[in-house]
Amino acid sequence: MNDASYLTAGTTIRSWLLTRDHKRIGVMFFVLNALALAIGGTFALLMRTELLHPRGWFMTSMTYDRFFTLHGVIMVWLFMIPSIPSAFGNFLLPLMIGARDVAFPRLNLASLYIYLVGAVVTIAGLVIGGTDTGWTFYVPYSSKDATAVLPVLLGVFIIGWSTILTGVNFIVTVHRMRAEGLRWMKLPLFVWSIYATSIIQVLATPVLAMTLVLLGVDYVFDWGVFDPVRGGDPVLYQHLFWFYSHPAVYIMVLPAMGVISECVCTFSRKNPLSYEAIVWATLGIALVGFLTWGHHMFTAGISVFDAGAFGLLSMFVAIFSAIKVFTWTGTLYRGSISLKTPLLYVFAFLFLFVFGGMTGVAVATMSLDVHWQDTYFVVAHFHFIMVGGTITAYLAALHYWFPKVTGRMYPERLGVLSAAGVFGGFMLTFVPHFLLGNMGMPRRYHNYPEAMQPLHVISTVGAFLLAGALLVTLGYLVWALRYGAAAGPDPWASASYEWRTPSPPPAHDFDTPLSLERGPYDYTGGRSEPVAGDEPRREPEAQEA
Amino acid sequence: MQELLRKMLFLPVEASGTSRHIDRLHFVVIGVTFAGAFLVAAVVLAFVVRFRARGEAEPTPVVVVPRAVELGVGGALLALFVGFWVVGFRQYVGLHTPPRGALEVYVTAKQWMWKFSLPDGRRSAGVLVVPAGRPIRLILTSRDVVHSFFVPAFRIKQDALPGRYTSTWFDPDRVGTYPVYCAEYCGVDHSRMWASVVVLSARDYGRWLEGEMPEAVVRAGATPALEGGVVAGTELTTMAAEGRSAASRYGCFSCHTVDGQRHLGPTWQGLYEKTEELANGQTIVADEEYLTESMMEPAAQLVRGYQPVMPTYRGVLSQPDAAAIVEFIKTLRFDRTAPLVTLPHTQATSEDAK
Amino acid sequence: MASGGTRREAHFDSLERQAGAVRFGMWVFLASEVLLFGALFALYASYRATWPYAFAAGVAENDAVLGTTNTVLLITSSFLVALGTERRAHGHSRAAARLVAGAAAIGVLFLVIKSHEYLAHFASGIFPGGRGAHFDHAPAGSAIFFTLYFATTGLHALHVTAGIVVLTFSAVQLRREKLAPHALDAVALYWHLVDAIWIFLWPLYYLARG
Repeated sequence: MNDASYLTAGTTIRSWLLTRDHKRIGVMFFVLNALALAIGGTFALLMRTELLHPRGWFMTSMTYDRFFTLHGVIMVWLFMIPSIPSAFGNFLLPLMIGARDVAFPRLNLASLYIYLVGAVVTIAGLVIGGTDTGWTFYVPYSSKDATAVLPVLLGVFIIGWSTILTGVNFIVTVHRMRAEGLRWMKLPLFVWSIYATSIIQVLATPVLAMTLVLLGVDYVFDWGVFDPVRGGDPVLYQHLFWFYSHPAVYIMVLPAMGVISECVCTFSRKNPLSYEAIVWATLGIALVGFLTWGHHMFTAGISVFDAGAFGLLSMFVAIFSAIKVFTWTGTLYRGSISLKTPLLYVFAFLFLFVFGGMTGVAVATMSLDVHWQDTYFVVAHFHFIMVGGTITAYLAALHYWFPKVTGRMYPERLGVLSAAGVFGGFMLTFVPHFLLGNMGMPRRYHNYPEAMQPLHVISTVGAFLLAGALLVTLGYLVWALRYGAAAGPDPWASASYEWRTPSPPPAHDFDTPLSLERGPYDYTGGRSEPVAGDEPRREPEAQEA
Repeated sequence: MQELLRKMLFLPVEASGTSRHIDRLHFVVIGVTFAGAFLVAAVVLAFVVRFRARGEAEPTPVVVVPRAVELGVGGALLALFVGFWVVGFRQYVGLHTPPRGALEVYVTAKQWMWKFSLPDGRRSAGVLVVPAGRPIRLILTSRDVVHSFFVPAFRIKQDALPGRYTSTWFDPDRVGTYPVYCAEYCGVDHSRMWASVVVLSARDYGRWLEGEMPEAVVRAGATPALEGGVVAGTELTTMAAEGRSAASRYGCFSCHTVDGQRHLGPTWQGLYEKTEELANGQTIVADEEYLTESMMEPAAQLVRGYQPVMPTYRGVLSQPDAAAIVEFIKTLRFDRTAPLVTLPHTQATSEDAK
Repeated sequence: MASGGTRREAHFDSLERQAGAVRFGMWVFLASEVLLFGALFALYASYRATWPYAFAAGVAENDAVLGTTNTVLLITSSFLVALGTERRAHGHSRAAARLVAGAAAIGVLFLVIKSHEYLAHFASGIFPGGRGAHFDHAPAGSAIFFTLYFATTGLHALHVTAGIVVLTFSAVQLRREKLAPHALDAVALYWHLVDAIWIFLWPLYYLARG
């Protein structure tokens, strides 16, 4: 391996800032996203601390309202939506299809900078006083609000365009940049999940953009498109908002599912129990996900029959997820399972995702949702999906591809330890939320009845445990950047395409064209020859940190 | 059994007939959720034990699930989920279908309080007093932003929207005082926008109607969390309703619409506090004074573009009726649909009136 | 467009692949654009169902002759661009440049007419947000109609403006023989979409008086 890796091909700051290399762009996205996670997480911890007391103890309600808004806005748009697609997707997509780059590298860099500008504008809104509308910006509250709604709206709008451009880029990349002879049904499942995600990004985000523009002009010029006094309808705003924001949930969770598919197969050394089922379920989620937005509005005064249709369609989305869980679990059957950190995160994902998904079915059951809507039950449900699902998968991805991205191994024992901490902290934080929701604790409440205090205290303790585990993870990963054992091209002996190039990969991705003789999930051994130069080698010292 | 499950899940006491039905479905769905999560966990654990890697990079057989098994599992789960939906949908329809003879209560939300008014003219803020054993239908609207009326004990929640009426109902069957929360974020005191529903026995309710103050009502009204949470007693007015009735008696609707359409006269919708341009070129704000004058001296300040065809009502319309009509017009500020069928009946029913 | 040159970029195997990617990328982007306007069409449909009378009256306020003229202009302009791509495909860059420049000029004419309409509205007291003398007598819901009218046609006018800039730039590049056929195709696709969206705005805001 004489070729310089993408990390050493040019080491000036300029060579990073003006790079068109999808890997470097992916890494920069990762850094920015992780920063957003830290900021959003800090707000979460502050809120949890404040909620130790039923009347709060160190903030005013005004401050608290700003904090939950910023927590939501930052986590949703600055972290969750770009996290896996823009960071890991960017890095891996071309590697997984045997391409030298994404289709439009300059556009890709532009996406990064647009994201950065949007993030800065959003955070500027935070600095000049913050806003208190909640991340949902419901009208008419938000259009008459005195706080800094505008920079936050503008920031989200700008980030939306970054999302759209990334989506366009990835769709074209998957369609047009696949290695010669790489058929659709031979694509790694992560590619499918990113592809389906991109479709949602391209088709749903513009509706949000338009809605935010209408809200923005209403806020600044008082156009009143949703103003009941002028004949407008605030509920229409909610329709438009959720037309984007429900599919956005799948923008957040589909890439996570892709990560799970990859990790399950690699660490059980098995083909997926049904490749096709996962592919069709992925596309099914992307499609049907567009038709279920109304289930956020069961108590908003929509017609009973609209609500019924949305409820039924939501059940169909759930089925696709259920099929995936069935397939992942079954993939373990007759495999050769090694319990590495990424696989532990996968198991955590399976448990939490079934919980989160089934409570999704529960809140789609309309009469039950009437009680749960806008309570902590819903908060618990979507944190089970978003944190228990997506962040768990994000951590799996981080550990799984860390050797590929950096060429180093992370310390396995600390990995296992912090995985346990993340799982325990998570359960402690969010299980009480289900119970609080049952008790009737509404969301976005700074004051709450005293009977609810014990559960809040448990939840706060859990939140700090979770944060601690994440900090430990951050610590040893930074340590491993420098001191981790050399990984070699394929430390997991994976069959997937991205491991058939050195770690870290060369600037142009592949030294030799990607050979497709062995499929990405072929662990039968011997039936086909391993790719020359990419012999799956185990480096024993790599396991010990 | 139901009581035990309710306590395990931290659900509040069930205080209405509907809430018991809903909880039964709740227990089934949550039971299935638990079963699903632990089944997956158990299977994963079993596979890990059984198929733990024994060597490095072992080859494994290709296992592909038979299509029939896959479809079977998917179909069975879908049937289960759709089953939930069927029951849930029926209950949901039930939640939106108040029985006949329900006592109607108008609920007005504003930052940050709940106001209740009954057709007989009783009004209160922060405390709603209802009799046990009689279905109560709530008709909600908001004066400012979106709020949501949430009574955990009845398992009901309904958004209150500006410019619209929404409704829900409950059938309280357990005497007690139950908290009401605002569940849709509405600003800085969102988490203090509480109220109480006091369910009285039929006998106590009768005494309350006669002007007594049962202990529970006093206590609910004195809850410090409730701002302005005092029972306002029996202030007798649903003037707007009377106004509507008067307007219909005097034939106003043959020339004025209430749904925004132009007719022989200007529509009443959005009329109140609107700036009107007059035939003489001046403009005027349609406030109470102007509206009253227009009834008495229609031709004096005629809105541009209309013919002076309206007769004077001086001496025809009594002062209270005129004021009531103005009140009615005021309520049309936000309304967008015509017939206002949801407005209260004008006469208090004999059993509610004292 | 990023890949506007006639040279193959390093990460593509062939120029054909690059051309295909650019065209396909534009299609995907246009799908996004359709959804952007889709939100406004959805609002139109919903509000028209609520306020049929006000919307019909609002449409009657718009000048159908000017609206129709603009429709004809945009179709003509689209046609010129289509001819231009056909010329470019046959290697006649300069002929294509003239056609594309003509299309841009017609786009400018469209904007002139549109501005004239806006000014006429302002003169008769119609402003977005339900402000202006017109709304004192207009049926309820008129404010919404005109707010949507200004928002939708305004957004469309922004797209026309962007289109004119891109067309002008393309015409210059074509004249220098520096624009690949696939790049012109992408530009043309965008311009056709701007046209197609107007084809929907035209009946909704100028013709549907009933």
